[in-house]
Amino acid sequence: MSIAEVNEKGTIPPETAGPKVKNREPIEEVESITIRFAGDSGDGMQLAGTQFTNVSAILGNDIATFPDFPAEIRAPAGTLAGVSGFQVHFSSTDIHTPGDRLNALVAMNPAALKTNIKDLNKDGILIVNVDSFGTSDLFKANYKTSPLEDDSLKGYRIVRVPINKLTREAVTECKLTPREADRCKNFFALGLVYWMFERPMEPTIKWIKEKFAKNAQYVEANVRTLKAGYNYGETVEIMPVQYRVAKAKISPGTYRKITGNEALALGLVAISQTMNKTLVFSGYPITPASPILEQLSDMKRFGIKTLQAEDEIAAVGVAIGASFAGALGVTATSGPGICLKSEAIGLAVMTELPLVVIDVQRGGPSTGLPTKTEQADLLQAMFGRNGECPAAIVAPQSPADCFDMAFEAARIATEFMLPVFVLSDGYIANGAEPWRIPKIENLPKIKITHATQPNSNNGATHENGAGEPGKYLPYLRNEKLVRPWAIPGTPGLEHRIGGIEKQDGTGNVNYDPLNHEHMVKTRAQKVANIADTIPPLAVSGPDKGELLVIGWGGTYGSILTAVQRAQRKGLSVATTHLRYLNPMPKNTEAVLKNYKKVLVPELNSGQLCWLLRAKFLVDAIGLNKIQGRPFLVSEIEAEIERLLLNK
Amino acid sequence: MSITALPTLTTKELTSDQEVRWCPGCGDYSILAQMRKALTTCGIPKENLVFVSGIGCSSRFPYYMNTYGFHTIHGRAPTFATGIRLARPDLQVWMITGDGDGLSIGGNHLIHALRRNIDIKILLFNNEIYGLTKGQYSPTSRQGTKTKSSPQGSIDNPLRPLTLALAAEASFVARTIDVDVTHLTSILQKAAAHKGSAFIEIYQNCKIFNDGIFDYVTDRTLKSDNALYLEHGKPMIFGKDRKKGIRLKGLEPEVVTIDKDCSENDLLVHDEKAPSATLAYLLSRFANPKFPECVGVYRNVERPTYEEGLENQIQAQLAAKGKGDLEKLFKNDDLWVVE
Repeated sequence: MSIAEVNEKGTIPPETAGPKVKNREPIEEVESITIRFAGDSGDGMQLAGTQFTNVSAILGNDIATFPDFPAEIRAPAGTLAGVSGFQVHFSSTDIHTPGDRLNALVAMNPAALKTNIKDLNKDGILIVNVDSFGTSDLFKANYKTSPLEDDSLKGYRIVRVPINKLTREAVTECKLTPREADRCKNFFALGLVYWMFERPMEPTIKWIKEKFAKNAQYVEANVRTLKAGYNYGETVEIMPVQYRVAKAKISPGTYRKITGNEALALGLVAISQTMNKTLVFSGYPITPASPILEQLSDMKRFGIKTLQAEDEIAAVGVAIGASFAGALGVTATSGPGICLKSEAIGLAVMTELPLVVIDVQRGGPSTGLPTKTEQADLLQAMFGRNGECPAAIVAPQSPADCFDMAFEAARIATEFMLPVFVLSDGYIANGAEPWRIPKIENLPKIKITHATQPNSNNGATHENGAGEPGKYLPYLRNEKLVRPWAIPGTPGLEHRIGGIEKQDGTGNVNYDPLNHEHMVKTRAQKVANIADTIPPLAVSGPDKGELLVIGWGGTYGSILTAVQRAQRKGLSVATTHLRYLNPMPKNTEAVLKNYKKVLVPELNSGQLCWLLRAKFLVDAIGLNKIQGRPFLVSEIEAEIERLLLNK
Repeated sequence: MSITALPTLTTKELTSDQEVRWCPGCGDYSILAQMRKALTTCGIPKENLVFVSGIGCSSRFPYYMNTYGFHTIHGRAPTFATGIRLARPDLQVWMITGDGDGLSIGGNHLIHALRRNIDIKILLFNNEIYGLTKGQYSPTSRQGTKTKSSPQGSIDNPLRPLTLALAAEASFVARTIDVDVTHLTSILQKAAAHKGSAFIEIYQNCKIFNDGIFDYVTDRTLKSDNALYLEHGKPMIFGKDRKKGIRLKGLEPEVVTIDKDCSENDLLVHDEKAPSATLAYLLSRFANPKFPECVGVYRNVERPTYEEGLENQIQAQLAAKGKGDLEKLFKNDDLWVVE
């Protein structure tokens, strides 16, 4: 590359100007770094962020990521609406969030700069692609004057790089069109930050070779660009410093990176394998749940059958039909899809069939914020059906936890014969963290029994039809109030079920007033009985004290980190997290009542808070954020301090 | 190879212990009876039969069959039936629906089940009225039908179920009539033997809210002039003295009298196996009084079912890559080992 030209562009601050090859930058050891790649949605920022994450994980850092992309596939290039970002937090210590504030920001154009600069620390490193700061680029981002030429970026450590130009130079021998050449520029930026944070290039080079295996030209161009970016950092004295983030202390094992959606898909495959049962998955494309359908569609070798249904209702109908026939039926969607599925979920409650319904929550109501996260479907899952229609609800607390909660959902659905909601959200669905790969032999074993014999004279406990020999009574319950699961193809157990109220025992259509009341209560009690099979709430912090912070689902990492920080400041605060929402663990009330104050941070207007107040008469206080974005640790920390120190 | 006799059943074995609760004189009784009769010789053990229904008078049907049955929710029966077939291609699945359930609230699912050619036998009981909700006009009610919800007569143009089924690429399409018991039984048996989606429209009289709506094809004195019984490979002839026929004039059909100017050879010949659905479509547009309404099998062709397609993909994947290995799947990503 031509350093002289870099000079001419004025990218090197005057005081350090001059082409100069030097030894090494001073290396600064830091505990953790948060970096965000931001650019136009066509700039390949998700790819750059993913590669950076993989390399950091391989290096032994703990990692957490937060991809943030627009709902439009290709919003007009260069506009504020089209900005796509990928944030990576990598650390030498145990971390639970993708980080609040940025140590470094890569801004590929003015729009990316404008929408992201507010999150950069005051002394943070700002890498800008100066080639995309022309008049029209600035205009599209609503800049009247170039922020690179006034004081608005004062204080940041700016690294001005002509990325387009340098990328084109790097690929001159590859015979690409200018357009193709420009598409390599994310690798230039990536190479540069690899150098800055001491990351090896080899894993990404390997990835490029596999990804573009059919096009040697692209392999060559991308590898050259990546190396050019790296060498640029090493060669040109415009980079403030190099950083080192040591390996984190992590439990021994083999790890990979996993997103919540990947973990749900792998969990479902593992369930099907360990249960030795066909899993029928039916979904309808919807953001942010579609990746689950996509991944499972390629798992035919694992006994997974998928069907892309004509709509959300059909998707759940297919799943319920499959369960009736003896498979495990699963569907996945987001909030609007749950609305459409509600009536059918009611049928699964009434017919007491196993069903797993994954809701990857997004901002609502209505179409809402399709690509942004929210936790606003809890009460919908609890109550959003006609009649009194209880279903079980679990909520994974992190991307990797999605794997475990998929197992729990399948276990509960089949052990108790009912629908189970898995409330994931856009944040953990797309965010990634390290996942310690479980040993196959250690995976939970879910036992399933299908009725094979008439049951009417098996210790009959109900008057309806019981005692009459040789009959199959589909609603004759066991001690947990669970009905048997007899599947078509079993001779002698032919029976009919449906959505009309059933006579307990026989399952026959029945409109008797007392039977109806009995059945409504029985269905509720059956859900309550699940509490006997779930772990108690564990508290992190003092057993009793001033303040308990309790959350559910994807807010786990932010809450835990905030509480740990407050504890380090000497505050009497504990935290616990609900992964089971219906029923809640049996000790929930006892835990809540051990603290003078209860704080419930949620990405909604206070849905869990409302439930806790209603169920346990505790004066729970909500901390509510409804901005389509996860909590910052600092937001929760500030509220803890406000409550305890009256700040 | 030893020869095993196909299982035969009695209608009694196929009858559940539940009391049938349709209105006296309802066409559904006849359909239920013919269904039981048709299944006695189909060779399917009753534990392998599943009846799935939606909501409406006809959808109570599964309760009366001593087979596996699932009375689901309004309009969605095709989805549950699809799930059953996906999970268990060894089961024979019958779906019972009506004109409101199947064509109004559930129209979407019906279309998609048919286009996928998933192996479900769909019986659409068409009585041109909402019966269970006590008499509102339905999507098949003729224009001008006066009901409680259309006191000045219905404004909307009715749907023709068979036209819709053909447009959705159904591989088996037929029409029969509740009171024509022999014909009804034979159509049910043909549907049972068909591989893929079978769609049968059954003209069904609602004694209470729409009585006599199909008299023109059921009344002894009227039916021969108004109903044309389709026979594969035979010219289309109808009428009291079998003197009327259907002839094509350009692209349009016409009713002709068979005489010296027009012989049987000039008439349209029915071909239920025709690769194109054009003829079946043309017949599906026939409406009284201008044309006789055709009864019988309109279309009966073979094309791959969804289940077969899925099974083929599964087998191809297994052949190419072997049975799924969970550990390999988990490790199919960049890995790092922490000691």
